[in-house]
Amino acid sequence: MNVVTPLKAADFATDQEVRWCPGCGDYAILKGVQRTMAELGARPENTVFVSGIGCSSRFPYYMATYGFHTIHGRAPAIATGVKLANPELDVWLVTGDGDGLSIGGNHMLHLLRRNLDCQVLLFNNEIYGLTKGQYSPTSRVGTRTPTSPFGSVDRPASPCAFAIGAGARFIARCIDTSQKEMPGILKRAHAHKGTSFVELYQNCIVYNDAVFEPFTAKANAAENQLWLEHDKPMLFAGGTKGLTLNRQELRLEVVEVVDGNWEAAGVIVHDETNKGVAQMLVDMPFPGFPIALGVIFCSPAPSYESALVEQTKSLTQGKIADLSALIRKGQTWEVTEKRD
Amino acid sequence: MATKLKDPLPTEGEAIARDAVVVRFAGDSGDGMQLTGGQFTLSTALAGNDLATFPDFPAEIRAPQGTTFGVSAFQINFGSTAIETAGDAPDILVAMNPAALKTNLSALRPGGLIIADTGEFNARNLKKAGYEVNPLEDGSLADYQVVAFDISARTMESVAAFGLGNKEALRCKNMWTLGLALWMFDRDRQPLVDWLNAKFSKSPVLADANIAALNAGHAYGETAEMGTFARYKVDAAPAEAGLYRTVTGAEALSLGLVVGANLAHLPLFFGSYPITPASSILHTLARLKEYGVTTFQAEDEIAAICAAIGASYAGQLGITSSSGPGIALKGEALGLAIMTELPLVIVNSQRGGPSTGLPTKTEQSDLYQAVYGRNGDAPLAVIAARSPSDAFDAAIEACRLAVRYMTPVMLLTDGYIANAAEPWKVPDINAYEEFPVTFHEELPPEGVELNPYARDEKLARVWIKPGTPGLMHRIGGIEKSYNSGHIDYSPENHQKMTDTRKAKIDGIANDIPEQDVCLGGPGEKLAVVGWGSTFGPIHQAVRRARANGASVAHIHIRHIWPLPRNLGDLLKTYDHILVPEMNTGQLKTVLRDQYLVDAKPLNKVSGQPFKIAEIEAAIEGALA
Repeated sequence: MNVVTPLKAADFATDQEVRWCPGCGDYAILKGVQRTMAELGARPENTVFVSGIGCSSRFPYYMATYGFHTIHGRAPAIATGVKLANPELDVWLVTGDGDGLSIGGNHMLHLLRRNLDCQVLLFNNEIYGLTKGQYSPTSRVGTRTPTSPFGSVDRPASPCAFAIGAGARFIARCIDTSQKEMPGILKRAHAHKGTSFVELYQNCIVYNDAVFEPFTAKANAAENQLWLEHDKPMLFAGGTKGLTLNRQELRLEVVEVVDGNWEAAGVIVHDETNKGVAQMLVDMPFPGFPIALGVIFCSPAPSYESALVEQTKSLTQGKIADLSALIRKGQTWEVTEKRD
Repeated sequence: MATKLKDPLPTEGEAIARDAVVVRFAGDSGDGMQLTGGQFTLSTALAGNDLATFPDFPAEIRAPQGTTFGVSAFQINFGSTAIETAGDAPDILVAMNPAALKTNLSALRPGGLIIADTGEFNARNLKKAGYEVNPLEDGSLADYQVVAFDISARTMESVAAFGLGNKEALRCKNMWTLGLALWMFDRDRQPLVDWLNAKFSKSPVLADANIAALNAGHAYGETAEMGTFARYKVDAAPAEAGLYRTVTGAEALSLGLVVGANLAHLPLFFGSYPITPASSILHTLARLKEYGVTTFQAEDEIAAICAAIGASYAGQLGITSSSGPGIALKGEALGLAIMTELPLVIVNSQRGGPSTGLPTKTEQSDLYQAVYGRNGDAPLAVIAARSPSDAFDAAIEACRLAVRYMTPVMLLTDGYIANAAEPWKVPDINAYEEFPVTFHEELPPEGVELNPYARDEKLARVWIKPGTPGLMHRIGGIEKSYNSGHIDYSPENHQKMTDTRKAKIDGIANDIPEQDVCLGGPGEKLAVVGWGSTFGPIHQAVRRARANGASVAHIHIRHIWPLPRNLGDLLKTYDHILVPEMNTGQLKTVLRDQYLVDAKPLNKVSGQPFKIAEIEAAIEGALA
């Protein structure tokens, strides 16, 4: 009998030299993902990382699994082919805000509506890194870059709001440095059958450093991070604040919680299956509201490849694949004797 | 009352013997001309004639009724000898309305027969077609034989008993006309009756009405005033014994892909996005799930090819299909498949271009796109089908090269081949040689690094399926080290990898048949060199020229890239080279570049196939 030694996080690292800038948030995410793999007991031969183009998309080279570094924006389409061809494979997509929402926005939309069983890790640093610092579709209005020297004027996209709009059934959010929470969130994403969309706030130390500091810096974290847990009240700032639902105006509001009595303050309990509230949570303006983190929405539905497998099975049951018969289909006639 | 014919016709019972006849059915898009043509084709095949068809329909789904741009036509050439084209000029034109007459009259041969439905030649329709005076009455058709009568009214009478609405009753007009045509060519009606019963099995009254119209049209021919209609007799064509069916290029190509994947022992993954005239391949394959076929209707052309690449990466045979504009969108992904050296078949059903161009008209103008149309030095194999039935074998060949060489293969067909039908002697699929794929599963020896770009003697790299234990690796679009498959930007490595990718594709020339001469021999005065769907008219033109004593040969190229290894030497045995193409001279340029030969172009980009006479004239010119 073979003795299977459980793999450690380090076993998921390749011997390739990591080429991200020193201090890049990608390092932390790589560490978090490798830890998750170990905790999941993932089989490297059964795991495929598919990426597009950009800093984040170099990710597969550093994972000791199967990996496909494809072309800009198209990872969702490639991953769809991989998963349909072999539904047994565990498929992870790594993409960025430019790759996934700009050039690849259309494919992302259709991946999410089809609900292919895979995990999407969208590294959002609100900037184009690999092309040297141009503003991205998630950059805030006024972002000064080489292509927007006087400040960008186009309004940003919100990845999670986009995902909900596209029909995603699992939406979560995390921060590159939130190493304590990340494996838990990624494990939930992995357990979800269907497309799991995870937005990771990732700091680009070179071109957009500290853009998330207002809620990621140690001093700001407690006051501005709302870690959601199913069936738990939506509390933050050490339990002194919470979110309530203004039922007349149908919007969320921040309330003070006195002496931990959140019920008295009207704080609502997180129901991750509630799409309406999920939409409000991903749309909360910052500052003024905290940033919603953790599993924001989870409401499973049949995945695309399983529906396809199911349909194929029911349609082909009892049918014999006789190629000779196939090419003889239609109206045929026999020439019994050679005619000269 | 039928108009009297110009020339006296044979007395009753006599039929005019002909080697070949060309008939064109033309009517409004809603008149069911394609259906009529398709069924007439089947009856022609059953009668044992050889045949070729040319469906010609507008890009609009339902153009306004009665307009010239809404005319849909179906031409069939059938005869007692080998038929390779849909015919230069129709002998008979069936014009269901003034617009159909207007747009098709110029094609009719002088003295040809026009059958027209006077019921549709009313003031409104005449005006829509741009006629100020009724052409059936103003003597403008004096050069033709005209049989004009009220087909609409006869149809209405014939189906009166079935209680159909006016519109539904008039829809039977095409079957009435088909019935008349069947009488004219002495065809059996029973297969049509069976077909109508099957088609309208859910609504027997419609089946009965259509059958009644068919019979009425037939009876009309039988009982019409003596001498109103000619009857033709076309003997059966020579044929090998065996089972036959009619097949369109799209059907044959789809079946070829299924058989090709099967010969490779692989499931077939077909990623596609609807586009005219390629969609019918997706329609056909979507119904063949039990043959190991997965079809994926992607969100766009790019996703279609990318999903196919993903499927090939995961161990299936990825195939995508489109037409020129869609192939343009797939360009970057093609480069990825070339760089990652994954098998892939890309079908291009060419149409008139550039841009949206002429979606429903045929052209051969994507040869440059197929051979050269990518960034970087990005070689792939290119194959072209020459006829509807040939698309079957061309598709199998594309699958074979893709898996043997771990490369994308572009399979060129066109709108004409896709839609046209011809009789096909159903092949014995057990006679095809298998080319089973072996996935690499062996672990490298202790201390030796895995190289996913390790190559065989043909320079094809190993194919490792995800899911294989111990062989985890990463591939991608960035240049790979020749020795390890890791990212490697070094100058020597890029030179070596570029040279290797080229050498791999060039080497395919050793794995394909030498170029043959399909009519005539080497060393004649003139070689007419063609590719794709121009096979028919070129072949016939060369045949006729040779019958007249001309020293001319026909060479037809299937493997466009790499070209057959002997082609250069072969071409140099001729004094002159003529290359007819439905583009502005693309193969001509490639031949000049590859062999420094003085290939001369003959070009046509009107959206219509070559006529035999056009090529015949060019042959005469070249030899003068």
